[in-house]
Amino acid sequence: MAERSFAREVEHLRLGAGEEFRGEAILAITKGLLQSGVSYVGGYQGSPISHLMDVLSDAKDVLGELGVNFQSSANESTAAAMLSASVMYPLRGAVAWKSTVGTNVASDALANLASGGVTGGAMVIVGEDYGEGSSIMQERTHAFAMKSQMWLLDPRPDHACIVDLIEKGFQLSEVSNTPVMLQVRVRTCHMHGSFICKDNVKPAFTIDDARNHPRRDLGRIVLPPAAYEHEHEKIKRRMPAAIDFVRDHKLNEFFGPEEGKVGIILQGGMYNNVIRALQYLGLSDAYGNTQIPLYVMNVTYPMIDTEVAAFAAGKDAVLMVEEGQPEYLEQALNTVLRRRDINARVRGKDVLPMAGDYTAHVIMQGVQTFLEENDPRLLGNRPPVPDASAVLADPKVEKLKSMVPSRPPGLCTGCPERPIFAAMKLVNEDLGEHHVSADIGCHLFSILPPFNLGATTMGFGLGPASTSAFGAKSDAKRSIAVMGDGGFWHNGLTSGIGNAVYNKHDGVFLIVDNFYSSATGGQDILSSRADNANCSTNNPIIDAVKGVGAKWVREVDRTYDVAKMRDTLHEALTTTDEGPKIIIASSECMLNKQRRVKPQIAKRIKDGKRVVKERFGVDEDVCTGDHACIRLSGCPSLSVKQLDDPLRDDPVAAIDNSCVACGNCGEVSEAAALCPSFYRAEVIHNPTAWDRFKAKLSMGVIRKLQKRRLSSRLTLEAA
Amino acid sequence: MLAEKLRLPLSPAGEATERPINIAIVAMGGQGGGVLTGWIVKLAENAGWTAQSTSVPGVAQRTGATIYYVEMMASLNGQKPILSQMPTPGDVDIVMASEFMEAGRSILRGIVTPDRTTLIASTHRSFTVTEKMAPGEGIADSPSVSEAVDVVARQQILFDMDALAVRHGSVISAAMFGALAGSGALPFAKADYHAVIEGEGKGVAASLKAFDAAFDEAGRKPEDRPASIAAGAPSDGVDKLPIAPSDARLLPLFDRIVAMPAPVQPMAWHGLRKVIDYQDLAYGEEYLALLEDLVGLDMLLDGGRYDHAFAENGAKYLANAMTYDDVIRVADLKTRGSRRDRIAKDVGVRDGQILHTTEFMHPRMEEVTGMLPAAFGRWLKQQDGLYAWLDRRVNKGRRVRTYSLRWFVALYILGGLKGLRRRSLRHAEEVAHRDAWLKKAGLHVRNNYLLGVEVLKCRRLIKGYSDTHARGLSKFDRVMETIDLIKHRADAADWARRLREAAIKDAEMGNLDGLIRTIRSF
Repeated sequence: MAERSFAREVEHLRLGAGEEFRGEAILAITKGLLQSGVSYVGGYQGSPISHLMDVLSDAKDVLGELGVNFQSSANESTAAAMLSASVMYPLRGAVAWKSTVGTNVASDALANLASGGVTGGAMVIVGEDYGEGSSIMQERTHAFAMKSQMWLLDPRPDHACIVDLIEKGFQLSEVSNTPVMLQVRVRTCHMHGSFICKDNVKPAFTIDDARNHPRRDLGRIVLPPAAYEHEHEKIKRRMPAAIDFVRDHKLNEFFGPEEGKVGIILQGGMYNNVIRALQYLGLSDAYGNTQIPLYVMNVTYPMIDTEVAAFAAGKDAVLMVEEGQPEYLEQALNTVLRRRDINARVRGKDVLPMAGDYTAHVIMQGVQTFLEENDPRLLGNRPPVPDASAVLADPKVEKLKSMVPSRPPGLCTGCPERPIFAAMKLVNEDLGEHHVSADIGCHLFSILPPFNLGATTMGFGLGPASTSAFGAKSDAKRSIAVMGDGGFWHNGLTSGIGNAVYNKHDGVFLIVDNFYSSATGGQDILSSRADNANCSTNNPIIDAVKGVGAKWVREVDRTYDVAKMRDTLHEALTTTDEGPKIIIASSECMLNKQRRVKPQIAKRIKDGKRVVKERFGVDEDVCTGDHACIRLSGCPSLSVKQLDDPLRDDPVAAIDNSCVACGNCGEVSEAAALCPSFYRAEVIHNPTAWDRFKAKLSMGVIRKLQKRRLSSRLTLEAA
Repeated sequence: MLAEKLRLPLSPAGEATERPINIAIVAMGGQGGGVLTGWIVKLAENAGWTAQSTSVPGVAQRTGATIYYVEMMASLNGQKPILSQMPTPGDVDIVMASEFMEAGRSILRGIVTPDRTTLIASTHRSFTVTEKMAPGEGIADSPSVSEAVDVVARQQILFDMDALAVRHGSVISAAMFGALAGSGALPFAKADYHAVIEGEGKGVAASLKAFDAAFDEAGRKPEDRPASIAAGAPSDGVDKLPIAPSDARLLPLFDRIVAMPAPVQPMAWHGLRKVIDYQDLAYGEEYLALLEDLVGLDMLLDGGRYDHAFAENGAKYLANAMTYDDVIRVADLKTRGSRRDRIAKDVGVRDGQILHTTEFMHPRMEEVTGMLPAAFGRWLKQQDGLYAWLDRRVNKGRRVRTYSLRWFVALYILGGLKGLRRRSLRHAEEVAHRDAWLKKAGLHVRNNYLLGVEVLKCRRLIKGYSDTHARGLSKFDRVMETIDLIKHRADAADWARRLREAAIKDAEMGNLDGLIRTIRSF
């Protein structure tokens, strides 16, 4: 069960010709695929692509009606290999993932796919996770498109343009026998907008047709000598065919006046911000009526040399607006113009920053410099542009800089991974610090305060593999590798566990099993414990681990048992047994659990059934304000509050109503012998007669005792 | 180039006509920023405008800071405006912050500017991990944000929207939507906002209630609004003595406090109150006697120059020293009736429901020994084998069902062992430690008044239970030793303060050792 249900949105996928779609772009993309007559779709979740995968898995009915085969792939490599269905058959297919990380994983399959080429349209939708808010290394998908020669589409952030480019992209793929990539940036994926729909298209040639009439063509397989031929074919036939198609169908767009002393060439994705920048400079209105000629590259690879040449000819200078580095487009542009001896000066990363987000503000500054140096008349009398520098220089604002604390993401309230890392910190107190290699997933937040655990993260599922160099048996402290269940099934079983078993790795391997691929939105995976009508779940990790030969394997089937977690880790770090020491720590992702359980509990209470609701609390007069508990937790519901007591200097711990009673704080304070201020409050809803009888009896006595002691106590009134 | 510039005819470059209204929502993951964004988009679309929103959920969804951005525009002649995907510093009309430090962060991004921005921010605080985990006090200063808001915002609407939402059984997004409507920053009628919420179909009634309340609150003049930005800071209400104690037994003690210098009196009363609550009247008398010594010393040194800081801090920290945390204290607090009432209120127990609590205790042999008569306790500690054997029996986590008869009676009896306390090993140790500390403060204050005050304040380092308590004691000792090294310096008090602050933070973040090395190098 995914974090967000798209059941409501899925209905939008049924919209017919002429109807208006309103919603997130990622849904519009899904609709675009259906309008293009795809036969199969796959992919791997990860922001900003998770929603696309969730929509597709919630859209089983719509897909079924259209005969579309959907699968949630084991990893991006699997997804890319899925596209091989389009090699021999006229089947249109699309896969999606987060880039560039997903593209890295997929690149072997992609390279093979691109070499042999495709018959049916093959499209990779990459969610370009670049810029502010990104969770990955800052690199460009562009390089992959160039190296394997796949056409790269970078549509303007506009639903109609994106959907149109999906349809045209499939045609482009087919006429040039080349897979295409559709690159959509994070903000565009989550952009709310609208477009006018077309009817969905049922593929004429189906998957079943292919299965019943298998074809093979040695010339399409990457084997010598065909492989050598492929390279020539790419250059001599596929590239020219693509260029012709892009030009003939006007996939790239020209805006503004035909003539001009200067012009701007931009990636499609940069369009909205370029227009806003021009608007600030008084060179465009809000509708994109620009006074400077623009050439918008909705296709960023290949560059259509005749188009750019024509655009640059007769101009003094052109500005290339290209986000990210290296500046591939600027280099290509220079080559095109030099070869044709067109003398327009190419400006780009010399007036715009080499790295980082191209926000409207950044582009405005770059365009301003460009115009100042190449056509200052255009700037006219320079209307004032937005400027916050005076405000930021105010001493009162300056003061905030050192004061506003950063707010990094962290584990959710009740997260079952919290006690694992609390236990790890407790073990560290005993055995000293260890080399911890972290992995991608929620557990990566253990790198941040308050846990401060983990030295490297090398890629999804590669936490265990990252400790490969530390595997030899010796007297030194053991390394600890952490990996989630998502990473485990993505590749960690073989790259990490299998590798460690084979090489007799002496280290500790901690597999965090929370029943879902949680960081990407709670999708089911092989070891999920939920029943899934469409997929096979409930395949335990321990079976897989033992299946590849692991011997020392411990399961902690309730991670909240901090003492057990600590002792198990301690044993793994000190045992004399050979080979990898593998701990599988399992408890359900609390976010998903709450979503599942909350409605059930509410219903039980409403139906008059006995329900015990729990929550933790802190006795504020017992707490001394040391906050050691918080340093072992970081739970969002565990906070501090200032008491109205002049005798106390420090705020005390406090737990708010968002507590889900996971028990971590109680277990930690008990395991670490911290302090007795934590309590668990249990409220019995709809108590039974026996409950009421017991409570009445004991509370009668208790109240008497309390009264007795109160009367003997000398109480001073407040000052 | 320059020459060309100079010959410019400078015809207007044209204006940035027809700009959209830009709204940035700065929030924390999981706060419903997405819902609010959706409502605002709907509001504009219902009016026939074009609206575009963008966001970066990504990792930020897990409690991190995140930003949603909306642009909206009533387009001319059905043309489609091109809208930007990120806020531009200096060009945002409305900034909505769902937490007060996030408002501060939005100011630092440059998106709040005096020529254009309406800042709508909830003044409540949701502390960040670094603020919470800091040993001692690590909370960022909210008034600094208020001061900055005064400088940067064209219009400000600040109140605790979280509390308002909770009061009306709703969530903060509804209150913020109401504040947006009440600000008048958008050209839509209240009914238009209502229509959006009603279209939601879920939790409509509660959302509307919170919306309306926030709408009214936003419409109020700032000066009519109660000051609510004290978030986190202790109240600075005027602290005064009661006119007279209601219990006649307290009268002589009250008179002794009245005889002290005025600045010391309220703290002395607080201290006395805590000490008597902890033990009994006699213990209160002991407290006053010790305090009177400090007051006498303060008078002798003409403490009036410093508002009697030595005596006042003495009143505060002596009370804390005398009310050390032991098993009896914990059992007493846990069994009080007021404690149960407070929990019942906190968790919202209603009629017909039954409340239980479970305590997470981890007693060690040390705690048990501490309760024993001093001589016996000392003897027992020396019996290594026996002590270890006993510790194995005692030292483990225990879940205590507070309001089961069996456990309650056990705790009640423990809490009633106050009579044993003053003869116990723990008490002997605490008294020895206390007296040494007071003596040292007395010595230092004679040479350097302010250093004496700082020594008293070092008591703050001792807190917590078991390991935490031991760590506090060791930090206290190291600070005290180091203070002795610098007692002759004119700026000794400053160094003492720095040492104490470093020691408080020294759990993971401070550098007490480094500071001590620096001082040793003098």
